[in-house]
Amino acid sequence: MEKPGQILEPESTGTVHDEPGGGNLHPHAVPLWMLAAVFAVLIGLTILTVAVTYVDLGRMNIGVALIIATIKGVLVAEIFMHLRWDRPFHRIALISAVCFVALFIGIAMLDSLSYLPDVIPGHAPAVDQ
Amino acid sequence: MNTGATTTADHVPGTATHDDHGNYLTCDKGFRSWILTLDHKRIGVMYLGMILFSFLVGGIMALLVRTELLTPTQTIMSADDYNRMFTLHGAVMIFLFIIPGIPAALGNFVLPLMLGAKDVALPRLNLASFHIYAVGAVMAVLSILLGGVDTGWTFYTPYSTTTNGAVIMVTMSVFVLGFSSIFTGINFIVTVHKMRPAGMGWFKMPLMLWALYSTAIIQVLATPVLAITVLLLVAERALGIGIFDPALGGDPVLFQHFFWFYSHPAVYIMILPAMGIISELVAVYCRKPIFGYKAIAYSSIAIAIFSFLVWGHHMFVSGQSDLATVIFSALTFSVSIPSAVKVFNWLSTMYRGSIKMDAPMLYTMSFIVLFGIGGLTGLFLATLSTDVHLHDTYFIVAHFHYTMMGGTMIAFLAGLYHWWPKMFGRMYSMKWANIGATLVFIGFNLTFFIQFIMGSKGMPRRYFNYPPEFEIYHQISSIGSYVLAVGLFVAGGVLVHSLLAGRRAPRNPCGGATLEWQADSPPIHHNFDEPLVLTDPYDYSGQEWDETVQGYVIAGASKETSST
Amino acid sequence: MSSATNSSPDPGQGNEGKHHLAHYFDTRAQQYDSHKLAMWLFLATEILMFGGLFCAYAIYRATHPEVFLYAHTLLDKNLGAINTIVLLFSSFTMAWGVRAAMLGQRKLLMGLLAVTILCGFGFMGIKSIEYTHKWKHGLLWGERFDYAALQDHGGGHGETVVDEHAHAADDQIDAHADDDHGHADVDDEAAAVMAELDRDAEITVAHGHAPEDVPRNLHIFFGIYFVMTGLHGIHVLAGMGMLTWLLVRATRGDFGTHNYTAVDLGGLYWHLVDLIWIFLFPLLYLIH
Repeated sequence: MEKPGQILEPESTGTVHDEPGGGNLHPHAVPLWMLAAVFAVLIGLTILTVAVTYVDLGRMNIGVALIIATIKGVLVAEIFMHLRWDRPFHRIALISAVCFVALFIGIAMLDSLSYLPDVIPGHAPAVDQ
Repeated sequence: MNTGATTTADHVPGTATHDDHGNYLTCDKGFRSWILTLDHKRIGVMYLGMILFSFLVGGIMALLVRTELLTPTQTIMSADDYNRMFTLHGAVMIFLFIIPGIPAALGNFVLPLMLGAKDVALPRLNLASFHIYAVGAVMAVLSILLGGVDTGWTFYTPYSTTTNGAVIMVTMSVFVLGFSSIFTGINFIVTVHKMRPAGMGWFKMPLMLWALYSTAIIQVLATPVLAITVLLLVAERALGIGIFDPALGGDPVLFQHFFWFYSHPAVYIMILPAMGIISELVAVYCRKPIFGYKAIAYSSIAIAIFSFLVWGHHMFVSGQSDLATVIFSALTFSVSIPSAVKVFNWLSTMYRGSIKMDAPMLYTMSFIVLFGIGGLTGLFLATLSTDVHLHDTYFIVAHFHYTMMGGTMIAFLAGLYHWWPKMFGRMYSMKWANIGATLVFIGFNLTFFIQFIMGSKGMPRRYFNYPPEFEIYHQISSIGSYVLAVGLFVAGGVLVHSLLAGRRAPRNPCGGATLEWQADSPPIHHNFDEPLVLTDPYDYSGQEWDETVQGYVIAGASKETSST
Repeated sequence: MSSATNSSPDPGQGNEGKHHLAHYFDTRAQQYDSHKLAMWLFLATEILMFGGLFCAYAIYRATHPEVFLYAHTLLDKNLGAINTIVLLFSSFTMAWGVRAAMLGQRKLLMGLLAVTILCGFGFMGIKSIEYTHKWKHGLLWGERFDYAALQDHGGGHGETVVDEHAHAADDQIDAHADDDHGHADVDDEAAAVMAELDRDAEITVAHGHAPEDVPRNLHIFFGIYFVMTGLHGIHVLAGMGMLTWLLVRATRGDFGTHNYTAVDLGGLYWHLVDLIWIFLFPLLYLIH
C-alpha cells in the first residue's frame, strides 16, 4: 500500500525519452486507498440519502437530498475524475456547464411559476381535431 | 530544420520544395483523398462547397416565396406549398448555411493558419464534423421528399406535434447538424488553447480567433439544449410523451423556453464570427492598426455570455409571464452594448485610414451599415410596448434579415473574397467583384427595407394572402430580391471565373499581417515551409507593395517569393 | 490488493504502451492536454443536454408536486438504490483502472475494465427489470399511461400517500378521462371552479377507473422518468461499448505509462454517466 498523500511515479523507471516531440507525460495516479475511501464514502452517503427519506423534514427533504447528491458529485469529480490535480480550466468547464444549467432552470422556472396563476384550469384546447 | 537564429524575411525561397510537394489542393488526388482527408484546409473547402450549395437551395426557395407574394392571392403555388417553402427556406438557411457558414468553412481554413499551426488540434473530429454535417444535409433533403414541413423553422408545439409531414425527419436532421456544430466548437476551443505558438499570448491573437473562440463557447454550451429539445419533440410526436402537449397536461410555453435557450445564442453563433471577419478586414483594408483591440476582444466574450440571458424576448406575446418579460426586455437592451462597442471601434479604425475600395472592403462597409440598421431595429423589438405591435409582422422579418443576411451573409462574402486568393491561389477581377458587391447592397436594401415599413403598417409575416394595399410593398420587395439574386450570381461568377482564368495569387495580395499571409497561396499540405515571423497582427508599417509579385512584402526584403 | 499494485509489470510486454505523436503536435504532453480538454468540453455538452431534462423535471415538480409525490411510490426504491451502488462500484473500478493504466499494470487494467463492463450489464439488467414491471402495469409515458391498471396496483410499493390534498388547480384534464367518461367534463368544470376559489381544496375527480387518491396528470411523471432514465441508459450502453473497445486495446497491449489517454478519457465519460445517475436517483426515487 502506498503512503497517504504520496504522488506516485510510474512504476516503470525506464529511461526518460528525449526523442523529437518528447515531453513525457507525468501521470498522476491516485493512491488506491484514496479511491477506496471515496467509494466507501459514496456508499455511506447513498445509504444516508435513502435513510433520510424516512424522516419528515417538510420542504427540506429535497434540499437535503440535493446537498448529499452534490457532495457525492463533487467527490466523483474531484477524485475519480482527477479534477483536484488537473488543469483549472477543466474545472471551469464543468462549473460553467452547471451554472448554465442552473441559469436555464432558474429563469424557465421563474417564468413558469409566474404565469401559473394565469393558466386556466380545465380542458386544453383540442389540438388534434 | 532551421534552428532559427536569424529567421529573417530574406530567406532564400526553396522553389524546389514547392514543386515536390505541391499545394494542399494538388498534393494528393482522387475522391478518397478528399473525403477521408484530415487536412483542415480540405475539410474547409469541402464545407465551403456544401454550404454554398445549401445557400443556393435556400436562396431559390426564397425567390419562390417572394415570387408567390407578388400578388395578394395565389400566384405560383398553393398555400400549403407556400408554408412548406418558407419553413424549409428558414431551416436550410439557418441550420445548413448560416450556422456552419463562417466557422466551419472559412474558420476551418484560416484558424490553424492564423495560429501558425499545422492543423487543428483534433483533425479526426473535424472530419467527423463534416461527415455528420453531410448526413444532416441529406436528411434535410429527404424531409422534402417525405412531404415537407410546414411548421416554420421554430417547430412550435403543439402544431409541430400534430401536423402532417416529415417533422421527425427534419428535427432529427437538426439534431445531427447540432453534433456537427458541437464538434467544430470543441475543436476550435482546444485548438486556440493548445496550439498557439510560443509568443502568441491571448492578446496577441488576431480578433478573428477571439470571435471564433467566443462562437465555440456558445456552440458547446447551447447546442446540447437544442439536441434535447428536438429529442423531446420527436418523443412527443412518436410516443406521445406529453411534456409539451397541453392535451396531456404538458406545457407548450416550455417548448419555447427550450427552443430559444439554444436558438437565441445561436444567432450569436451566426453573427460573432461575422464580426470577427469584419474586425480583421477593416484593419487590413484601411491600412491602420485596429482601434480598441481589447475592447473588441472582450466584447466578443461579453456577447457570448449575454447571448444566454435574452432568449425570452422571442416570447413576449407567447404567454410568458409579465415578470420574465420585463427582465428579458431589460437584458436585451444590455446586449446592444458590446455590439455597439464593436461598431464604434470599426468606425474609429476607418477614421483617417487609407481605405482601399476593394470588394472585401465594400462588403465590410455594407456590413457596418446593414448590421447597424438590423441592430438598432432590434431595440424597437426589445421594447415591450412596440413589440406587441410589431411582433410577427414583416418588421421582424426585415430585422432578422438585416442582422442575419445583411450581417452574417455579407461578412461571409467579405471573408470569402478576402481569403479566396489564399484558398485557391487565384486573383479575381476586382472590377466585377465590386459591381457584384454594389448590386448585392442595392438589392438587399430594396428587398428588406420596404419590409420595415410594411411590417409597421401591420402586414403579418408568413401570410399567403394579404390585403391589396400591401401589394406595392410586396412587389418592390420581390423586385429587390431579383436584383439581389443577380448581384449574388455576379459575385459567384467572379469567383468561378477566377478559378478558370484568374492570375496566380501572390503570398500576400491584400497586405494582411496575420500569419496566414506568410503561407503560400494556396498553402502547402503542412501549411508553412519556412519559419514564421511572429509580428503584431495589426501592424502594417513593415509592409510595402512589390510590383514584381503584385503583392505585399516585408519592407526591406530584397525579394519575396510568390507562389509558383 | 497490495500485491496487485506492487507487482512488477509484465516484462518486455510494452508497459509503456504504444505511443504515437501526431505530426501537428509538438510534444506528447500537448497532445494529451488537447485530448483531455476536448473530453472535458464534451462532458460539458453532456451536462447541458441532461440539463434540459432536469429543467423539465424541476418545472413539473414545482407545478405538480402531488403528481411526483404519488408517482414515486410506484417506483422501486430498493432497485434504484442497488443500481446506484452498482454504478458507484463501477466508477470505483474505472478509477482504479485508470490508475492501473498509468502505472502500466496491464493485467490489472484488463480485469478492472472487465468488472466495470459487468457492472454496466448489471445496471442495465436491473433497469430492464424495472422497465418490464412498469410496462406490465401500464405505468408508461403520456398517452400510453393506463390509469385503469392503477386499481389493482393499490398504493404502490408499501408507501402510502401522505398528502391527500389534490392540487388540481393548475392541471389540465388528461386525455383518458376525456375518452372514458363523458361526465368527466362536468366534474372537471366543477373542479376548475372550486380550485379557483380554494387552491388547496380537496377535490375528487373521476379518472377512468383509477383509485380516487390518484392525482391527475400522473403520466407526466412517467414521461419524464422514461426520458431521463432512457437517455441515461443509452449513455450507459454507449459507455459499455467504449469500455469493450478499451478492453480489446488493453488486451492488445496498447496502453502503458506513456499511453493511457484513451483509458483516462473513457474513464471521464464513465464517471460522468455515474455523476448524472447520482442526481437522478434521489430526484426520481426519493421524493418526500
